[in-house]
Order: sequence, then structure tokens, then C-alpha cells
Amino acid sequence: MRTLQQTTQEVLDLAAKHFQLPAGSLTPGDDFFKKLGIDSLQTLEMLSRLENHFGIELPDYEVQGVSDFKTLAERIQSRL
Amino acid sequence: MLDLSKYQSVGEAVKDALDQFANEVCLIEADREREKERLTYRDFKERAHPLAKALQNASFAAGDRASIIMTNQSKWLISAYAVFFAGGVLGPLDYKLTPDEHWQLLKHSGASVLIAEYPIWRHLSVSAGRTAATNVQAVLVTEAPANAVLGGAQRWEEFRGAGEPVFVPRSRRDTACIVYSSGTGGRPKGCMITHENYLEQCVALTSLYPFWPGVRYLSILPTNHAIDFMVGFFGPFTCGAAVVHLRTLRPEYVREAFPKYKITYVSVVPLVLKNLQKGLQARFNALPAGKRKVFNALVAINKAVTKGRPRLGISRCLLKQVHEAFGGELRAIIVGGAFTEPQTLQFFYDLGIPVANGYGLTEAGTAVTVNDLKPFRADTVGKPLPGMEVRIVNPAGDGVGEVSVRSKTVMAGYLNDPELTAEAIVNGWLMTGDLGRFDSAGHLQLFGRKKNMIVTEEGKNIYPEDIEAVFESLPVKEFCVFAANFIWPSRSMVGEKLVLVVHLEPGQQYSEELRRDINARNNRLLNYKRIHGVVLLDEDFPRTASLKIKRNVLAERLGKLDSATAILSL
Repeated sequence: MRTLQQTTQEVLDLAAKHFQLPAGSLTPGDDFFKKLGIDSLQTLEMLSRLENHFGIELPDYEVQGVSDFKTLAERIQSRL
Repeated sequence: MLDLSKYQSVGEAVKDALDQFANEVCLIEADREREKERLTYRDFKERAHPLAKALQNASFAAGDRASIIMTNQSKWLISAYAVFFAGGVLGPLDYKLTPDEHWQLLKHSGASVLIAEYPIWRHLSVSAGRTAATNVQAVLVTEAPANAVLGGAQRWEEFRGAGEPVFVPRSRRDTACIVYSSGTGGRPKGCMITHENYLEQCVALTSLYPFWPGVRYLSILPTNHAIDFMVGFFGPFTCGAAVVHLRTLRPEYVREAFPKYKITYVSVVPLVLKNLQKGLQARFNALPAGKRKVFNALVAINKAVTKGRPRLGISRCLLKQVHEAFGGELRAIIVGGAFTEPQTLQFFYDLGIPVANGYGLTEAGTAVTVNDLKPFRADTVGKPLPGMEVRIVNPAGDGVGEVSVRSKTVMAGYLNDPELTAEAIVNGWLMTGDLGRFDSAGHLQLFGRKKNMIVTEEGKNIYPEDIEAVFESLPVKEFCVFAANFIWPSRSMVGEKLVLVVHLEPGQQYSEELRRDINARNNRLLNYKRIHGVVLLDEDFPRTASLKIKRNVLAERLGKLDSATAILSL
């Protein structure tokens, strides 16, 4: 079982990879709309990658209003 | 042409359709790869009637209000119909709002019944705003897990009355829905849309984009939105067509839905259309040089043959692979909620996929003008729909003035706000606050807004007053949020932005600390509501006797500044 810290790190690594950013350039408190300059639709694409990676289903409503990696990782952790 | 003249209400028209098309499929609901549900009109009736009966058993009567907060799904439409059957007024709310915003609108709408999906209710039930909305007497939640804490709600699935409910007739002038066009922060704008508004709009829209049994509409825009309510519920239901709902709106599932369910129509906001364009363009660019040459030649032929009007059959043959990716049955993409850039519209039309571009607003009962595709024009928002009178008020020398509308589709007014209603509807004409002019072919062209607001590419109306609360107690002398377009009219409908105008205390500097404070507050707003920059003004804001900011006067003063240098980025 992963710890929240591990999950958060994996989320950051995957997001960086997905949006072709250098590893380590994202932090848990980053707002992904601002930091990545993405819109809500691109966020949904990123979620599907995360779902596949963690082997979970994250319903759309769980991520409504979430805009930072830390909260996103917490939502994922609760479903692991 | 669809004839709804014999009907007095939305409920009455749907009631007849449920019997007339009993064996046709009306709803398909999918979640990722799984199809969860497929209902015929008969099934739909069998689901809705026990709910209507239970509402009636709970003393829900004519004119009582019920609110729905759900993502798009079968139960949304079943609930809506049950409310109409029982003579109720529906108050559909945007499920993306915060719990406190939901309670604020629930209170404002006077809803006695709330129908919500469980995950939303979980947040609502513990929100502080709940105590204010004492009008909400009964809460029905859908799909609550077996061991869920219901917080005073009842399970939707168990809320069923035995025996046949009694249909409660309504008149055309009665309010059918209260649709909030904005105003979550300050002054709620609850558009009272009458049964007549919907009946007339349905006839007008289906005259250009008809539905019939076998047509499948993919419902992606939230159903609380006036567009989806019409083309994703009332329109298809009166004509025996089917609506497809996806519970997971990820791009890959949306893409798969087109071929899987042979979609005929879909409505999207401009942002989604632009993303679709980007995705397709990237695929075209990746074609090997030889294939790309052939593809470009086929597009050129398609452009030539569809110059005067769409020719779906020919386009589907010429550009087979593109059309097959969309399922091969797509007749049009309806785009709404905000302004779409002409080059995006042209891109799809050149591929033989007509985009039903138009102009509308909730206050006008959705669409006012729609492109009739005879011929296709990417540079306008089309001609007025049948039954719409549109005129340009106080046109300038170049013919551009405020667009005003008179028709049977214009709302009755804003709920509990006669003052705002009187400003919006003058002598029977709805003043839209949008600027436009007609060209010689009778097409409407838009040139920005007269009103202080922005519409995002996601179709969200943002009023500056609604987001000011987040900057409350900012350590400055005074502040005010504006749409940049309102201060510096750009005559553009795209790239609209909000700015925070700040008047510092005497001797105060625009410090790094203050900038960070503004940034932190800004980040608390949903991403599409955020301000884009700060404008410093070193003078007192003009105010009324009751100390309200005179926004028009202030905007005029700010307009003298050079926007290029005045807006400081965050």
C-alpha cells in the first residue's frame, strides 16, 4: 500500500511526464490550471492517465473544483 | 414542421410523446465502456409516474418548486418530467457550483424539494449554507451507497407512490423553469422561463434542426443549461428521438461514444470544439506527405461541392474516415454558450460537418439566431429563428448597436427582481447588452458587449460583482472588478478577461506582498472566474449617495488609461 506521500510523488511525476515538463518541476501545492496552463478538458485527460496508473476509477464528481496536486493525490489515495 | 400549438405545457407535450413513441428508445446511459441503461419511452413513463405520485402524496402541488442538482443522466430527465407532471416548477442548478452557492440559489428559488445525486448531497448536507434554506422540505438522493449517511434525505429509488398520479395541467403563461443565468455571488438572476417559451423555442429550433425517432443526441452540456434542456430533453422527447448520457466525460469516452451510439447531434461549448479541432488537425498533420496531399485535395473538392449548402452524403463519401470517426451519422454539431471563432467553424464545415452556430441567451429562451447553412457563413451568428424579432437599438454610424429581441420565447422576467426585469425588458423588448449589426443578407454579426461581464469559452457567464467577495478586506483603500472589455471596448467576443481595479491608501505602494495576497485570493476562485491582472487608479471611486460604486462612471475614467500599460499582470 502506497503512502500519501508516495501517491503524491507519483501524481507529480506522471503529470510532468504527461505535459512534457522536467521531472521535479511540479510541487504538491501547485495549481495545475495555472502551472500547466491547461483547461478543464486537458485536466480530464490527465485524470485518465492517473486512473490507469493507479488502477482505480475516479468519478468526475470527485475531482470537481480540485485544482492542486495535493488534493488530487488525497482523492486518489482514498480510492486505493 | 413540429406542431405543438395544442399543448399548454412542457409536461403535457412530453406526456403525449411518451404514449405516441412508447416503443422507441428515449435514453441510453453509459459509464466508461459500460452501458448502464437503455430505456424506451414506455420504460421512462413507468419510472417517472411512481415518482410523480410520491411527490403528490407528499403534497407537492401546482406551482411548487423542485430543484435538481445532478450530472447529466437518465434520472435527471425522469425527475424533471415527474415534477412537470405534478404541476411543479423546475429549478435546475449547475452541479459545478459550490455547496454554499447551491444553498443560496435553493433559498432564492424557493424550492421545497431538492433532487440531488448522493456525492453532491454529501457536500451539501454538511455545508453551513444549509441552515438558511429552510424552504427545502424534502431531499431525494440518487444512487446513495447502502451504508451511506443520508443527512435527512430520502433515497430517490425508494421514493415511489403506488397507483397512478394525476396529471396537473398548467397554462402557457405559467413558469416552467427558473434558470439561473448567473449571480451566485451577489444578485441571483433567476430567469423565469414559461411553458410557452419552451414550446415556441422547440418549434423554432426543430424547424432548422429536426429530431425524429432514431435520431440520437449526445448530451454533454449540463442539462441545467438552457441549451441542453431544449436539445437534450424537450426537443428530442417531443419528436421520439433518443438522448445519450455519459457519466464520465473524459475525452476518450466522448470520442468512443460517436461511433458506438451513432450520434446524430451533439452540443458543445466553443472550448470543446476548439480542442476537437486541435486534435483533428494534429492527426492530419501527422499524415505522410502523399496521403496528406490526397486528403487536402479531397477537402478542396468537399469545399467546392458544399459551397451553397451542406451535402452530407457526398461529404461522407469524400472524407469517409473523418466522418466514421464521428460515427458516420453526425448531422451537425451545435455550438453554444459563448462566441465561437470563425476559423473553427470553417474548419469543421470544410470537412463536411456542419456546425450549428448561433446566438442566444437564457433570457431569450436560448437561441435567437442560428446559421441556416444556406449558405454556410462562419463570420456571422446567422439569421433570426422563425418567430424572433431582432432589432439594433441606437446604432452608431457603422450600424453597430445593442441587440434587442422580442418574441414568445423571451422570459417572463427575473424571479423576485422587478427592478432588474425592468432594466432587461423594455416595452416588451429584451435588451441583451450585446452589440451587433445586421449585414445586407440579414445575418447578425456581433461586436462585443455593452454590459460589464464576460463569457468564457466554456460558456460561463461571469459577472464581476459575483467574484468581488473573494477580495473583501484586501488591505487597500478600495477596489472593484471589471470586465476589461467594458472599460476598453475591443469589439471582440473572444479572449475576454476580468481585471481588478485597486485604489491604494495614501502613501501605500503596490508591494510584492500585496500582489501575493491578490494572487492567493484569486486562486481561491474557480479557474474560469479568475482575474487576469490589476489596474491601479490613484483617485477616489465615484459613488452614489448610498456609497455604491458608480461602475459606469468609473469605467469611463479608467477608459482614458492605456490598456496596454495599465493592466499589471499577476
